[in-house]
Amino acid sequence: MSIEVKNLRHIYDKGLPTEQVALDDVSFTIDDGKLVGIIGHTGSGKSTLLQHLNGLLKADSGNILIDGVDITDKDVTMLEIRKKIGLVFQYPEYQLFEETVEKDVAFGPKNLGLDEEEIAERVKEALTLVGLDYEKVKDKSPFDLSGGQKRRVAIAGVVAMRPRVLILDEPTAGLDPKSHQDILQMVKHIHATFGNIVIFVSHNMDDIANLSDQILVISDGKKIMDGTPLEVFGKRDELKAMGLSVPRVTELMARLKEKGLDVDQDILDISKAEEEIVRVLK
Amino acid sequence: MSEIIKIENLIFEYIKEEEEKTRAIDGVSFSIEKGSFTAIIGKNGSGKSTLAKNVNGLLIPTEGVVYVNGMDTKDDSKIWDIRQSCGMVFQNPDNQLVSSIVEDDVAFGPENIGVAPAEIRTRVDEALKAVGMESFKTKAPHLLSGGQKQRIAIAGAIAMKPDCIIFDEPTAMLDPKGRDEIMNIIQKLHAEGITVVLITHFMEEAAKADRIIIMDEGKVVLDGSPVDVFEKRDFLKSINLDVPFEAELCARLRKRGIEIPKEVITLDEMVNYLCQLK
Amino acid sequence: MIRDITLGQYYPGNSLIHRLDARLKIIVALLFIVELFVVNNFYGFVIATLALAIVVAVSRVPVGFIFRGLKPILIILLFTFALNIFLVKGTPLWQWHSITITYEGVNTALFMGVRLILLIAGTSLLTLCTKPLALTDGIEKLLYPLSKLGVPTHEIAMMMTIALRFIPTLLEETDKIMKAQQARGADFESGNIFKKIKNLIPIIVPLFVSAFRIAMDLAMAMEARCYRGGKGRTKMNEMKYHLRDYIGYLLMFAFLALVILSRSFG
Repeated sequence: MSIEVKNLRHIYDKGLPTEQVALDDVSFTIDDGKLVGIIGHTGSGKSTLLQHLNGLLKADSGNILIDGVDITDKDVTMLEIRKKIGLVFQYPEYQLFEETVEKDVAFGPKNLGLDEEEIAERVKEALTLVGLDYEKVKDKSPFDLSGGQKRRVAIAGVVAMRPRVLILDEPTAGLDPKSHQDILQMVKHIHATFGNIVIFVSHNMDDIANLSDQILVISDGKKIMDGTPLEVFGKRDELKAMGLSVPRVTELMARLKEKGLDVDQDILDISKAEEEIVRVLK
Repeated sequence: MSEIIKIENLIFEYIKEEEEKTRAIDGVSFSIEKGSFTAIIGKNGSGKSTLAKNVNGLLIPTEGVVYVNGMDTKDDSKIWDIRQSCGMVFQNPDNQLVSSIVEDDVAFGPENIGVAPAEIRTRVDEALKAVGMESFKTKAPHLLSGGQKQRIAIAGAIAMKPDCIIFDEPTAMLDPKGRDEIMNIIQKLHAEGITVVLITHFMEEAAKADRIIIMDEGKVVLDGSPVDVFEKRDFLKSINLDVPFEAELCARLRKRGIEIPKEVITLDEMVNYLCQLK
Repeated sequence: MIRDITLGQYYPGNSLIHRLDARLKIIVALLFIVELFVVNNFYGFVIATLALAIVVAVSRVPVGFIFRGLKPILIILLFTFALNIFLVKGTPLWQWHSITITYEGVNTALFMGVRLILLIAGTSLLTLCTKPLALTDGIEKLLYPLSKLGVPTHEIAMMMTIALRFIPTLLEETDKIMKAQQARGADFESGNIFKKIKNLIPIIVPLFVSAFRIAMDLAMAMEARCYRGGKGRTKMNEMKYHLRDYIGYLLMFAFLALVILSRSFG
């Protein structure tokens, strides 16, 4: 499974005075099994891009090839796309609607036309994968759960469709620090278990640096950067010019260097920073 | 009188169904000085929002007393004075704006307390200026960004001419840009003499306060300056709170034998301190 | 699609029409609707169209913007048009097998079509040129005599204010929920009517939950901002009639007289 996006363009309100180019000639490739972080500020076109990957929006021009199959092709049915690509929206807990957790998670698999047995198995698997106790939560009403748990159930609803590409739009938005860390662990865990492509959007550069194999930077509807965390966060000045930041560690190392402390700049985690500062100062 | 808020043995219980009660606040006492900037931190369900609603008189203590400017929140005749002197800004920027025109929304509070029309106009203009939104005054809120909507909500509180504003997780739903905008406004209001109580999940935001109160399971578990609080890194971790990156790294470096004074808590302070060691 | 709905939207501006007293504008709009049904011939429609055109020109709201508001009702428009053109009996104009189009049919269809267009354009102009709050204030003031009879006029006005504020929010929410459920494979298009209704449950339930959440939050925020009903409340913008409003009322009566007069032309 791989994703290839070629010259994707999307224009909102075409022909109206409010016309706006949301995606402008975006191209990139994602290899199988990669965990990809997307950064860019609100209104940069990130969400538009995600909705294209899931077939919810139609491109004005360009192609999206999933494993060589062009999903912008008219002959490709939505169901085929949904089987391969799962999209979890921001604040996904707002879309829960069933009486029980089990039924809610089963909604997606049911729409895929699977048989009862397979659905039951997938629901169980998905709830376990997102870190919930299946026996404990299955008969509860999703509305009686805590905020963090609701979000997990909502994510399980997409995971149960066993997507080969799982896309998460700001999965940690609005959560407290504990739930935030739990969700990140969960993303890692799902990725490790399925070995699928996971794409996630976040404003938290520390999370992006910690999780991603590859980072895409979107600004004003264009893809500005595409590389490993070290490559992308090495361009601190360029990111700042776009109003984006770098992880706190990277920021610290850059400022230390500016002030004359000769520390290595290619550092993304706190342990390495600790070693490096100790090395330079002793 | 230098205390604006005084809480004595506050207990608050939510009544879920008959007989079933959840104790959200369990015996909390503290006071807040006029003109101070206090951050209240705690994970979800720690009782911090419930506490804020008790101060504003939106909830009434099950036991104990809350005084705002010397007025008891249980006193029905004072409730409007309490809410006027202690404004509140909530988490969801969408769900607290009443009107479909920015300036009319800011006017909502003063209209409720019967301020004269000409005076409302002045207050609205001043409040919008204070949050840098004067050029949006005839716009519709649903066309604004999250950060801008939150600024309107703050202007709505300012227009009431409060002594104190309680911010209940005002940045939780915003992107980094919106978060910065709101934090800058909060700091500016504090500098202008308004007492600020900021409820938040984010330690970096709490670091900007003069005092941090940490709540866990309905109780105050820590109360002190940011310097004192960040020093207790292991304790913060034990109650599942975030330790700011700077405090974490400083603690690690200290263990490795690099002496860093506990007063160093921001990134700038760290850079300055480490560079002069060389 | 959702963005196309202009009915009930406000078009910010500072034209003479925008500045007129909301009470005047509400009465004019109501009278305009009545007049559209009083009109019974070509001359009357010319007068009504001209009057509306003058108001639109003075309001400086782009004509395109007003017509965009007509799009959602296009189906109703075409339906009434078709109904009239094929069903009204009279002098045949054109015949093909059993389908007859009559002179009277075309006439009625045109009248009904123009009437509907003018009606929607006229009423949307009211909301386009009047701040929603001014509009609700106006309604509150106009209804005020009823409050003596126990009608909760302030509460009605407040409800309208809140509805106006949250319609765009709820539309956005609907859009989001629909997309989220589509991403989970929900299908809103196929199946018969019963299946279609059943398919809406995944949208309606979360929407209700959202609406409740908004209501709870908003009630809390309003209370925190000292809202306690209409008693003792002041207004930033007091409603005061100016000279322009009195002139407005005069013009309104003149227009009414013209329309009534037009009935005797045809």
